This record gives sequence, structure tokens and C-alpha cells, in this order.
Amino acid sequence: MKFAIQVNEGPYQHQATDSAYQFTKAALESGHEVMRVFFYHDGVNNGTKLTTPPQDDRNIVNRWSELAKKYDLDMVVCVAAAQRRGIVDEGEMQRNGKDAENIADNFRISGLGQLVEAGIQSERLVVFGD
Amino acid sequence: MDSCLGYAKQGSAVLMYEDGIYGAIKGTAIADKIAAASGVSFYVLGPDLKARGVAEDKVVDGIEIVDYAKFVALSAENDKVQAWV
Repeated sequence: MKFAIQVNEGPYQHQATDSAYQFTKAALESGHEVMRVFFYHDGVNNGTKLTTPPQDDRNIVNRWSELAKKYDLDMVVCVAAAQRRGIVDEGEMQRNGKDAENIADNFRISGLGQLVEAGIQSERLVVFGD
Repeated sequence: MDSCLGYAKQGSAVLMYEDGIYGAIKGTAIADKIAAASGVSFYVLGPDLKARGVAEDKVVDGIEIVDYAKFVALSAENDKVQAWV
């Protein structure tokens, strides 16, 4: 089965991102395909490499990056939501005249069309968070 | 939960997770509504019960306690998936 996942909440604020991660991991381990994880609204905060949680806490950002690396996951951060919240890759840094970028490994910034496409191309779009 | 049960019909599956697990506890107003929803299968996510200190024997009889793999399986088995938050 081909899944797509939408994450609407930021890390350490709401359980939605933890649930989404556990669901995505379980789906991949069960042999299903996850064609895209789309981070929307506060969900874009899952994609900053500047987070430094305490060592005895889960590292939500790294956990996503590692899962993406292991399974070649396509993790997309919504560009408009990212601009509002200061999630920046190399291209956005130059385009908006910023002096830094902070996108975490294996995340990419793209548009809402990627969510629409995921909704069309996947068999199930599973949404986590408000 | 009320609007979810309003949409649930014969053959639907309802999974309670995150704070939704409180709806699976015996003796609440929700428990009566679950009992009244005939033909609907109910599930509750075990790790979220545990995270909230709710023992499995507090769960309404007939609600199946599941793991994330079963969450995925339910999402695959049912042709529409709707989150209620």
C-alpha cells in the first residue's frame, strides 16, 4: 500500500509528530511504501537542524532524518509555512537575502503542490495534528 | 468523539490514540455511546494508554488494544482514513 503522511504540528509541543513518526516507521517496517511525508503549518519546525534537545530526550529532528536516510523517504517542508517560521535552505537563504540556512538532513523545501500530488498519487493520506 | 461516532457506520473502524485513549476508559459517558454503536469496531493504541498510565483492565470490553503496526494495517484495510483531533 502506498501511504502519504501529513504532519501539522511542531516537535515537543504536541504528540502529533511523535505519532506520525511511529506510524511512518511501522508502515515502512511492515513493507508498505511511504511516498512522501509533508510538513505543514507548525510541522515545518520538525525540519530545523538547530534543535538541541537534552541528551536523555528523543531527538525528533534527527529521528526523522535517520528514518529518511534509511528508507530514502521524501520529506517535504511547505515553503510558505517555512518562510513564516524561519526554516531556510540554501535556495531560500539566497532568494530572501538571509545570512543562514537551517534545514535538517533529508528534508527539502517545496510547495503545497507536493501535498496535492501526494494526495492524488498515494492510496491513503494519513494526517497527524490539527 | 461525538462527531466521529456520528459519521461512523456499519463496518467502520474507530481507533483512539493520543488523548483520544481517554474515550476507551470504562464508566465514562463515551463508553455508553461506544456500546450503542453497533457494527463499528473500536481500537485503542496500547503505547498511548501506557504513556497516560491507563491500565489495560480499565479499557471498555470489546475495544481491541493495538500497536502501531495494527494502526498501519487498519489504515490500509479501510478505504478512507479520517483523523479527528
